[in-house]
This record gives sequence, C-alpha cells and structure tokens, in this order.
Amino acid sequence: MSDAEFKVQFAGPLVTFQDAGRRGHMRFGVPASGPMDRLAYKAALAALGASENATVIEVSMGGLMLDCVSGTLSLALAGGEFQIEVGNTRLNGWTVFEIEAGQKLSIRPGKAGSWAYLAFAGDVQAEHWLGQTATHSTSGFGGGQLQAGQRLRVENAQLREDRHGEIERPEFRDSAAPMRVVMGPQDRCFTDEILTSYRQSDFRLTDAYDRMGVRLSGPELTLGEALSIPSEPITRGSVQVSGDGVATVLLADHQTTGGYPKIATVLGCDTDRLTQLRAGDSLRFQPVAAEDAIGISRDYAAQLEAYLAEISEPKGTLAQRLMRENLISGYELSGEAIDKAR
Amino acid sequence: MQPLTPEALTFIPVADHALMVQLGTEVSETLSAQVVALDKAIAAASPEGVQETVPAFVNLLVEFDPLVTDHAALETAIRACASRAEIAENAGTLHEVPVCYDTDLGPDLAAVAKATGMSEEAAINAHLSGDYRVGMFGFAPGYAYLSGVPEALQVPRKTAPVRGIPRGAVMIAGPQCLVTTLKMPTGWSILGRSPTEVLTQDSSRPFLFDVGDRVRFRRIDRAEFDSSYRQDAT
Repeated sequence: MSDAEFKVQFAGPLVTFQDAGRRGHMRFGVPASGPMDRLAYKAALAALGASENATVIEVSMGGLMLDCVSGTLSLALAGGEFQIEVGNTRLNGWTVFEIEAGQKLSIRPGKAGSWAYLAFAGDVQAEHWLGQTATHSTSGFGGGQLQAGQRLRVENAQLREDRHGEIERPEFRDSAAPMRVVMGPQDRCFTDEILTSYRQSDFRLTDAYDRMGVRLSGPELTLGEALSIPSEPITRGSVQVSGDGVATVLLADHQTTGGYPKIATVLGCDTDRLTQLRAGDSLRFQPVAAEDAIGISRDYAAQLEAYLAEISEPKGTLAQRLMRENLISGYELSGEAIDKAR
Repeated sequence: MQPLTPEALTFIPVADHALMVQLGTEVSETLSAQVVALDKAIAAASPEGVQETVPAFVNLLVEFDPLVTDHAALETAIRACASRAEIAENAGTLHEVPVCYDTDLGPDLAAVAKATGMSEEAAINAHLSGDYRVGMFGFAPGYAYLSGVPEALQVPRKTAPVRGIPRGAVMIAGPQCLVTTLKMPTGWSILGRSPTEVLTQDSSRPFLFDVGDRVRFRRIDRAEFDSSYRQDAT
C-alpha cells in the first residue's frame, strides 16, 4: 500500500469534504452536516468497498478538477448525472474507475442532479471537527471547502480493479414522486385555504440554494394572523415559512433553532431526493400521517440496504471479467458457426 | 418552581425522525427550568432509539431512529420521564465571562446608552448586574442565547445587520445577550468583547456552556483583554 497525492486545479463553490456527519451536537447549535444526498454518498462508498464513515468530496454543480500528482488508485463517483473526464477517457457518473499519477480528473454537472460524491479507495486526509470531517459550510469547520492549489493526500491508496465499472443506479428511488411530509409543527397557523394550496400546488426550487437550505417559489403561504412563536428547534427537512409567505426547505447545514413557523417537515428519504433537484425544477408535497411516515421510512431503509448490498459485491478481477466476456463471445461464435453449418 | 406534570406536555410529530415536546407557549424562567429538567430526565432514562435532544425556550426536540422506535412509543417514554423530572432553581453550572467594554471593542455601547437614557458607565454596570441563563443555542455553532438582560438596558434589534463582527463580541437584543464564536453578520448591539471561547477547542468538552447554565459577566481592562484574546491565524 502506498499514498496518493492530488492537487486541486479548480473547485467550484460549495465543493466540500464530507463524511457521514456529526450527530449529537444540535443542542449546541451544530447541525449534523454530512452529505446532502446520503443515499448517493453511501452508494459511492459501497461500490468502492470503502468504510461507512469514509471522507469523500461532495461535488457541487460548480464542478471539480484534480491533478493526480502521485499514486495509482480507484475512485467512485455517484449522485446526480455528472460527467467524468479522466486522462483522455470520458465516463458517465455512477462509475468506479482508476486514476494514476500524471492524469487529470474533471467532474462536471451533466443533464441532471446537484451533488455527486467522489470516493477514494484509501484514507482521505482532512481536518476533523468534533470527531468528523464533514464540512459545516457556514463556519467552514470540518474538512472545509476545497480551494484551487490545495494538496489532497490519500493514505493507503489502493487499486480495486475488481470493483471497476458502472454502479447500478438506485431505481427504487422515484425522482419524480411528490415529497412526502408530515404536517406541522405550526400547520395550524395557516388557513384551510392556504393548507389546500400547499398540498395541491407546484413549487419550484429557486437558485437561493446552498447547503443550509433551498428557497422555493410557488403560492404565497400567508399566515392566518401575524404569528410570533418563540425560537424553537428545527431539523433537516423543515419547511419554514418566512413573513412574506415564502417557503424554504432546510437541508444538511440548517440552523438548529429558529422563529419562523414550519408548515410541514419532509421525510428523511425524500429530503435526500429533493437535494438532487435544480433551480427551476418543480416539486409537490404530499402529506402523510406520522404512523405512515415511520412505515415509509422502514420500507425505504430495507430497500436501501438491499441496494447497497448488491452494489457492494465486487465484480471480479479483470482476468475473471475477461474470461466471462470470452466465454460469451465464444458462445456467440459457435452459435454463428452452427447457423452456417445449417 | 412549578413541577412538571405529564399532562402539561403536548407532542407534535416532526417528519419520520423527530418529536416536538411542547411544554408551554410563553417564554419564562419556569418553563426554561422545566425544559432543562425534562431534558436531563430523558438523558438519564435514555429511551431506546433516541439519538439526541435539542432543548429550547418552551419546547424540546427529540431526534430518533425510526428503525428502532416511533412517535407514539417515545411519547409514552417521555411522559414517564416527565413524572420523574426534578425542577431545580439555579441548577446550572455558573460561568464567569470576562468582558472589555473599550469603545473599539464595543462599538454600540454609546448608542445603547443613549437609547436607554443612561451614561455609558451606567449601561456597563447594568449589563454586569444581569443574571444570565443559557436558554438555547442556535444560529451558528456555540451561539448561546443568554436570557437576563436587565429591562432598563433592553434595546430592539437593529434594522439592518452589520457584517464581519469578530469572535468574542458580547452583544444584546431585547432580553437576550450572546457571546459570538465566529466572524458573522449581526443586527444585535455590541457592548464589548470577551476573550472567552464558547467553542473551547477541548475535545473532551467542546462547548463551554450547556442549556440551563448560568453566566455572570466580569469587567476587564484592555491589558487583561489583550493578553488573553486569541488572535486568529488568518
């Protein structure tokens, strides 16, 4: 095992180091942070055979360019539809691939998706805060935002040829489905008319979108009466409504308390799915009962576990894969031969 | 102090992973003490599936693992915790926080003095006379909202925030006071600056305060401030 080193040639805004996130500090004003799309993060790690809390680079639509200065290792990219260029080869996202010293890697947004996860076969060296490398974007604590010129070390870099190739996409996640929410805590502050409009209208993401949250455009969610609630805890997925009737969905780096009323809260699995939408994309909310939310959550966890187990299976060594291909083409040849013989 | 009765609690489900426990609607010392007591009782009982709790002024958010528990099971567990909660007056740890009120460190002191009809010295003394309590954290890591600004010193938030306020700013808005931990914009009035770091950089106790702790401010001169304020690397 050896080390690999990269130099950051270019990093767009909000390209950060992330790991699974730091739980347990919300009481001190610190949200968990971690990946915006936890499913895609887990997929990149599973496909590469990396450990569950490994540090990755969360690539925003701003894109990322790295120079591999030394070492040879395998990388995985999952999440959204991003385009990869490594050396002279172009690849689609959702791929495990190889890079070696002297090659350049560029990751750019493709036709869809807002966040992709670049995982490394090896240990990415990044700053820890409260035990985790996840970047809290507003403070910069944790691994931090990547900057041009920065060096990036990967210890115990490995080549995992048995894992190279396409990563099956999470088809069980329907990207067009409405976002399921549990209404409240302050839904009673809105009139029936406004609540109906919330349930039945299309909303769009605006470009006021960062790791803290995304502002939506849509019907004005006017409050029944001028409402003043004492500041209270808020969580990832909260749909808070500001005084002008505009809804914002809070995401990975959300503030931990706030005084705006929350009309509803998006379920965990759908919060991740929502982050892959882009400014201008539309969405709807679908209220579900709290009991049903638990059921949905458990079904999702089971599907996710099965999916991750499937993509974490090595595809076999290069020799094994060549053998498989030879056997198949061998069969086709003999098939042709049989046809000719007829 | 009023005891906490399980019947006084209201439970509101928050998505598939949290439960809001409402103890009342109006901010008060009593309610804050009840929230802290309930928070401690939950920590002691550690109901299955609870990942973390977030205490605030009138309520408490309980984050849980939906694969292990659900809203209804937690409601039962938390009602049981409430019946065991012990409300204690002045229970929190007392911290002494030094402040230097020099004009360049407290750029809004003069305006606050003017708005409240006091001399600057009287405003400083009013600030020093307060008994402060950590009501909740929010806005940014380690931002502890301290209740207890004396009524005579209370001023509203500014209409527009000011950028680039350095770490350690001691500032007030309404009944609340705050010692900042990061360079941030703020609409609060800055009275002085403290060398105390709420983000301690000590991994065994990364945050100086917890919700329910008490704070007293102590005036320091410029020499003491300069010798103890950590300059940022950048």
